[in-house]
Amino acid sequence: MNNILTTSNLSIGYKTKKSTVTIAENLNLNLQEGKLIALIGANGIGKSTLLRTITGIQKPLHGDAFLNGKKISSYEPLELAQNLSIVLTEKLPPSNLTVFELVALGRQPYTNWIGTLSADDIEKVNIALELTQISHLATKKHYEISDGQLQKVLIARALAQDTPLIILDEPTTHLDLLHKVALFKLLKKLTHETGKCILFSTHDIDMAIQLSDEMIIMTPETVVQDEPCNLISKGSFNTLFKDEHIVFDSEKGKFLIR
Amino acid sequence: MPHQKRNTILFLLLTLGLIFLFFVNISLGSITIPFKEIYTSLTGGQASKSTWEYIIINYRLPKAITAVLVGMGLSISGLLMQTLFRNPLAGPDVLGLSSGASLGVAFVILSASLLPSFLSTILLSSYGIVLASTLGSTAVLLLVLLVSQRLRDTMAILIVGLMFGSFTSAIVGVLTYFSSAEQLQKFTFWSLGNLGNLSWTSILILSVCVGIGLFLSIFSIKSLNALLLGENYARSLGLNFKKARLIIIFATSILAGSITAYVGPIAFVGLAVPHIAKLIFKTSDHSVLYWSTLLLGAAIMLICDAISQMPGMEITLPINAVTSIFGAPIVVWLLVRKRKMMG
Repeated sequence: MNNILTTSNLSIGYKTKKSTVTIAENLNLNLQEGKLIALIGANGIGKSTLLRTITGIQKPLHGDAFLNGKKISSYEPLELAQNLSIVLTEKLPPSNLTVFELVALGRQPYTNWIGTLSADDIEKVNIALELTQISHLATKKHYEISDGQLQKVLIARALAQDTPLIILDEPTTHLDLLHKVALFKLLKKLTHETGKCILFSTHDIDMAIQLSDEMIIMTPETVVQDEPCNLISKGSFNTLFKDEHIVFDSEKGKFLIR
Repeated sequence: MPHQKRNTILFLLLTLGLIFLFFVNISLGSITIPFKEIYTSLTGGQASKSTWEYIIINYRLPKAITAVLVGMGLSISGLLMQTLFRNPLAGPDVLGLSSGASLGVAFVILSASLLPSFLSTILLSSYGIVLASTLGSTAVLLLVLLVSQRLRDTMAILIVGLMFGSFTSAIVGVLTYFSSAEQLQKFTFWSLGNLGNLSWTSILILSVCVGIGLFLSIFSIKSLNALLLGENYARSLGLNFKKARLIIIFATSILAGSITAYVGPIAFVGLAVPHIAKLIFKTSDHSVLYWSTLLLGAAIMLICDAISQMPGMEITLPINAVTSIFGAPIVVWLLVRKRKMMG
């Protein structure tokens, strides 16, 4: 298995004028190709900071994140765009974009100065639409489709960007159970069929345990990365929430409320 | 694809319409000149009356060309603003560029009496006003650029532009209080807009400025399309956001600044035309919107100018009144009708 993204002794956090706020220290993560990896942790624990750091938006305090063996901070914007694509939670600004046009924007790192789509680009867009099963929506405007469909469109856009690593920030929020499951399954299918590495943050822990290949658990003390079954046997899920009323049942593989 | 065919037909119609409107615009005016005579004078021949030829070459033709330049420039700057600020109500006036130009002109016209007489004669010449207006909009441009380097949030820049607008109108209000009726009249005439007073030299300078702005905008088409997804996605697509934003703001400023300097602040064209283009072409793709906005802007400005001449009558309406009378209802109608697709 090839490593796509690795971190060595990475410390993340913020630097203000007066002090340095460290959110997590000495992270040694390893994201491999063909794997679906879930990032979980309580609200405010620093999941977003971690994602921002490994996508190169924010600078690390110490250590480094390496994408394909090269420091993230030494990437040119265009080169980074050809190696890393993202799906965000933020709402899209109002526009007349059709689903096809929106997915085709994922080809921007490869198009010429005015953005003309080549035959190859169009083929890549069509493949992305097929993989996410939204070809029938291609001519619809992006505001005419449901939230679940829009999430698929955004994933198709990231696929069209043709990067070895895709990072999704809470892709399952706003979706009902049926669409959550469908989305998880889609992500799983994509990693196995395309050999990409997909990292996503989520609060749907039960589902992530069942469907992801590996998980990264963030707690105030540590950040651990392992396969879900190993994390269960180690009892890592009990450290997730500091509340005596929430207990992880290792036999059922889910959280119980007392 | 069917809509590509549709676009080709639309572009063809628009181009033909624009050429037609250009000639109609020249043929209209307080003096009726036969169409054949207009054609002869424009193609370099001798018209049967030398006054006709003089009117066409030195008055109507420059005015029509000015209308085309103004329509194109303001509409494109509106399109750039609306995408950059993700706000359907953005336009060159919203950034405060027109206000800056107004402030410059207000200072020159309204405070001329406070200065030594030789200075005031220089300042009150048409060049003085153009210079003041350019300086005013450039000053605002520099301010906006300074703010945009400090603030990451584009909405904040928009608010700064609005605040600057209020600030300017307040200063103009104070200045009018201290000025004579004659000065006030002069300022009011400038602020009503006038396409007709440009010499061929001025048109040449204006063409160069508008040309630079339009050229830079062509190079922003790809960035603008990326910005349709918002700042963060655009960055993730490899866009150098700061550089792209700088080019877009600079293009807008040179377009709006130079145009306002020469013809006065013209309202609603920059705001309304991009929306009409989006409505007709039903797309957000800037490689289509750019050309459609360009053609529509020129065509609409020619129509507004033709209306302002009130064919068959002695009087001429101020161009700003015409664009506002037609522009304001169009914007309201668009907002009510197509809320979702605005943008």
